[in-house]
Amino acid sequence: MSENNGMFGASGSGDTSGFGGLVRSAANVGSSERPYGSYFDEVADELERAYPEFNSAIEKVVIDRGELTLHVKREKLFDTAMKLRDTQSLRFEVCLGVSGVHYPEDKNRELHAVYPLLSMTHNRRIRLEVSVPDSDPHLPSLVEVWAGNNWHERETWDMFGIIFDGHPGLTRILMPDDWPGHPQRKDYPLGGIPIEYKGATVPAPSERRSYR
Amino acid sequence: MTTHDSYASATETTEGRVYSVTGGDWDSLVTEIGQTKEERVVVNMGPQHPSTHGVLRLVLELEGETITEARAGIGYLHTGIEKNAEYRTWTQGVTFVTRMDYLAPIFNETAYCLSLEKLLGITNDIPERASQIRVLMMELNRISSHMVALGTGALELGALSPMIFAFREREKVLDVFEMISGLRMNMAYVRPGGVAQDLPKGAVAKIRETVKELRHNFKDNEKLLVGNTIWMKRTQGIGYLDLAGCTTLGITGPVLRSTGMPWDLRKTEPYCGYEDYEFDVITTDTCDVYGRFLIRMQELEQSLRIIEQACDKLEKSEGQPVMVADKKIAWPSQLSVGSDGMGNSLDHIREIMGTSMESLIHHFKLVTEGFRVPTGQAYAAVESPRGETGVHLVSDGGTRPYRVHFREPSFNNLQATSAMAEGGMIADVIGAVASIDPVMGGVDR
Repeated sequence: MSENNGMFGASGSGDTSGFGGLVRSAANVGSSERPYGSYFDEVADELERAYPEFNSAIEKVVIDRGELTLHVKREKLFDTAMKLRDTQSLRFEVCLGVSGVHYPEDKNRELHAVYPLLSMTHNRRIRLEVSVPDSDPHLPSLVEVWAGNNWHERETWDMFGIIFDGHPGLTRILMPDDWPGHPQRKDYPLGGIPIEYKGATVPAPSERRSYR
Repeated sequence: MTTHDSYASATETTEGRVYSVTGGDWDSLVTEIGQTKEERVVVNMGPQHPSTHGVLRLVLELEGETITEARAGIGYLHTGIEKNAEYRTWTQGVTFVTRMDYLAPIFNETAYCLSLEKLLGITNDIPERASQIRVLMMELNRISSHMVALGTGALELGALSPMIFAFREREKVLDVFEMISGLRMNMAYVRPGGVAQDLPKGAVAKIRETVKELRHNFKDNEKLLVGNTIWMKRTQGIGYLDLAGCTTLGITGPVLRSTGMPWDLRKTEPYCGYEDYEFDVITTDTCDVYGRFLIRMQELEQSLRIIEQACDKLEKSEGQPVMVADKKIAWPSQLSVGSDGMGNSLDHIREIMGTSMESLIHHFKLVTEGFRVPTGQAYAAVESPRGETGVHLVSDGGTRPYRVHFREPSFNNLQATSAMAEGGMIADVIGAVASIDPVMGGVDR
């Protein structure tokens, strides 16, 4: 997922801490094997039964920290969502929005969209995760499935630049309409504009020396 | 008649004639609009408007007084907290997120900490007393938040007195917050692993007294509004949204419960030990503004019940730890409330500065660098006064969050404005928005 060198943000200058040679890499959580435990086996079984294309649609199933994440291919996202909502034994009536995550080091899968789902009927929660390459950031919109995703998808477009195809009006929602760039991407600096204070220049927080 | 009015001037645009109103003489404006042949008027309400519940902009398309289209414009209070949090330690994140929904700071903090504790895998290690204090603080906060919802909601519909009573009660709750955390708002009191400090001496007694006062004083507002003919005429059958509308829009909280759906995360997915408290989930089946108002009114009493039970539990757990035992996560010192707010306890300063070099190193490492959180993601949700506050956290194994995302109920629920307002009268859009109770700090984050 990502790799960090040294302990501090300093490079080029003398890092006397002795941690300069430290390399830490953070890997993605791997896929899980059955049995998944809790109600997760049942959810997976039911979805497999209701959705014949399950095996080609779901890239991997991850059980981590007591939560089920289905990694879905973007072409199949809409169908999977429909099945999850409409199948009697699944009934995920509520989608709690979209959370974008930017992994610049995850090549061809840079942008992720995470959908937490809730079934009020069965009192269950699962999560869908989709990834798209930065060069082709298109995802099908789920507004038709869950109308409440409207603003969430606009926010994810605004902050990460993921384009939701089929959205009824994909415009910026939090930033001004003419804002350049997508602020919550990792390549977008925090602050960006150096702050001047009594002649001294304070670098943006993302440029400061700090722990990694 | 086209007399020039500096407050209400008109300009021609490609979209039609645009009138700018910044106060002053409405008569000349009304006469002028009356003379145009156009039936359809687009009114831009807010973001600076006394009854839009904050910096909310509403674009209303009107035919006469009927709304044909309502759109909400947000983003005027966007602060970039989610981005900022990525450049601070996990613990510092609490201080950021408490400022999102500024009327429900404890809920933001608790949701964030629950999600972080899930990531750390220490959910079951949180001391009981810490959870009891969290429950106590959340329910106190629910009261102070509902008081603002009721007070300003009534104010926006033209009833002034309820606001005075509501804010009087809110002050009492804020006094308790000040006694416990040193701050009245944005306390950053709930911390990863527990809470920042134990309750001060005499806190439980003071809370019990406050509960008694509040229970007595809530009657004032009840007498003013419940069953009040004018209030009922302004709120009944207004802002209608049924269960199907709520589910597809992802609406939670009092708006969902006004459809008769007893959905409350405190009951359905208990956290912080809510399963050990006795309380009722309040519902109405009217799907309207009045129903939501009644729910908030009655939830106050339920919160008082929970607070009383929390006080009983806290009396029994006196002296127990309020922070997780793991010294790699727990903040090295308990803080203390001084005359100028919350700060380091003097005992701790004495220890690290005067007696123990190791304590100083430990303090320095944990406070400046923070703790590492294993790679992965987690989602945790709490029932805030406005619905489900969910926190999605992603860690890359570092000492700072890789991603912090708040699923804010205000943000989500505000989408219902169109569904509630369209087809209704323009005067009713105010009631509809007030019944959603959006807090713009939470909407825009």
